[in-house]
Amino acid sequence: MAEQVAIGGFAEDAEADARFLARKRYLARRRRVLPLVAILAFLFLWWQAVVQFDIKPFIAPSPIAVAQVLIDRFGILMTNLLPTAIEAVCGFILGNFAAIALATAFVYSKTVEEALFPIAVMVNTIPVVAKAPILVLLLGNGMEPKIAIAAIICFFPTLVNMTRGLRDVRAEQLELMRILSATSSEVFFRVRVPNALPYLFSALKIAASTAVIGAIVGEWIGSNFGIGALIIQATYAFDSPMLYATIVVGSTFSALFFGVISLAERYMLRWHTVHRE
Amino acid sequence: MAETAVSCEGVSVRFTSERGTVTALDRIDLTIPRGSFLTLLGPSGCGKSTLLRVMADLVQPSSGRVSVLGGAPQAARQSRQIGFVFQDAALLAWRTVLENVSLPLEVGGGKALPGARSPQELLALVGLSGWEKAYPHELSGGMRQRVAIARALVSGPRLLLMDEPFGALDEITRDRLNEELLQLWETTGTTIVFVTHSIYEAAFLGQSVLLLAARPGRVREQVPVELPMPRRLAQRETAEFVGLAGHLRRVLETC
Repeated sequence: MAEQVAIGGFAEDAEADARFLARKRYLARRRRVLPLVAILAFLFLWWQAVVQFDIKPFIAPSPIAVAQVLIDRFGILMTNLLPTAIEAVCGFILGNFAAIALATAFVYSKTVEEALFPIAVMVNTIPVVAKAPILVLLLGNGMEPKIAIAAIICFFPTLVNMTRGLRDVRAEQLELMRILSATSSEVFFRVRVPNALPYLFSALKIAASTAVIGAIVGEWIGSNFGIGALIIQATYAFDSPMLYATIVVGSTFSALFFGVISLAERYMLRWHTVHRE
Repeated sequence: MAETAVSCEGVSVRFTSERGTVTALDRIDLTIPRGSFLTLLGPSGCGKSTLLRVMADLVQPSSGRVSVLGGAPQAARQSRQIGFVFQDAALLAWRTVLENVSLPLEVGGGKALPGARSPQELLALVGLSGWEKAYPHELSGGMRQRVAIARALVSGPRLLLMDEPFGALDEITRDRLNEELLQLWETTGTTIVFVTHSIYEAAFLGQSVLLLAARPGRVREQVPVELPMPRRLAQRETAEFVGLAGHLRRVLETC
């Protein structure tokens, strides 16, 4: 960033630059520290509430009990996270690829869009908990129905965003490509696709967390492995520390997945103004 | 024929929509000599952008004959003889300055471009050496238009069409770019057709000004500009220039 400032010819005032950078560093530090402080305060209040009001462990566990389970039963939590993670990631890849392919078809054929978009909307209106049993009946009791649920959940936001991104190209850019006698594949890969990337990444960031939710909900229906199955077992056993620990593990994975997509976005969209200060 | 860059004979353009048919251009006759600088001036709705797009093969005339560089506009476009500069630069945001200027050399199905020039050389010509790696959003409006001009010239076109390229810029930047564009025209020898709604810009840049009237768009008058080249901004204060601008304004008022 400092280098670009210099090119702009604003580098004469070194002192002002230093002040500006110091302020930026301070703001960045604040952005990291503040959420951490809030989380610690919340955990403390929760712990105090459980202790002060003598809340029974099967109603709500204290954060210390949850932490204890996270440490003691780390092995079980991880062996159950693995299938859930595989299902979420596979579903994510599958659903998004299908959505991108269909969005491309939409942009080039109004007929395909008019025929298929209403169906996509209808499938999207079915709640996940209702889709899950249907897919378990169709695909059996293995990983397949969970992957399918994760894929279906990812599909719709990506379809809508990608269609829009591929289509919302500025008229002048298309005129420019015509003046250059560009082929339609050149227009697609050099204008439409890069234009759609910011839209696509907005959808992918939503999909990263919803894919994990989809996989977990899929595991609720007659499954004996995965984070979702663990949630059901812990609930029926009134094992609330385990239930909370499972949720922590699932959410942490979700957040990491989101983080990976955000990093990819940062790398792919270096040109995008939103990511610059 | 060899001396003519663009000729239009009875060119009309009609657009049809639900609200009826609009005549954007009505029987335009026009001859633009090779190597000349013509400005198109007129009120909004006079079809000056449409006329430019007819020459660029972006809009098909409803009737009449258009010849660009001795052939059909389509042939001129496909042989990459036309450069076009849009009002808002139309740079690709995901490409650096250098990548934007190089775009015309990459596309077009891999056809060879005999007149192609080096993108670096053109960036130097428009005064943007050192900015190769910058992205469009890091540039000012004037710099973006310079990039767009470099991009339009990189394939070595013999006809440069400019659609209000400096319309969105502040006056100081616009003045400077006007002077620079004239220098560029003198060094490249390209025929330039320049659309503007600024009387001063039209008079300062053009060897002649084509005045268009609105609804329907038609040629009102072609005014030769006798100011000597190379022109400098100070010439806008001469009695000759002021008289010319006054004449253009009076004609425009009746368009």
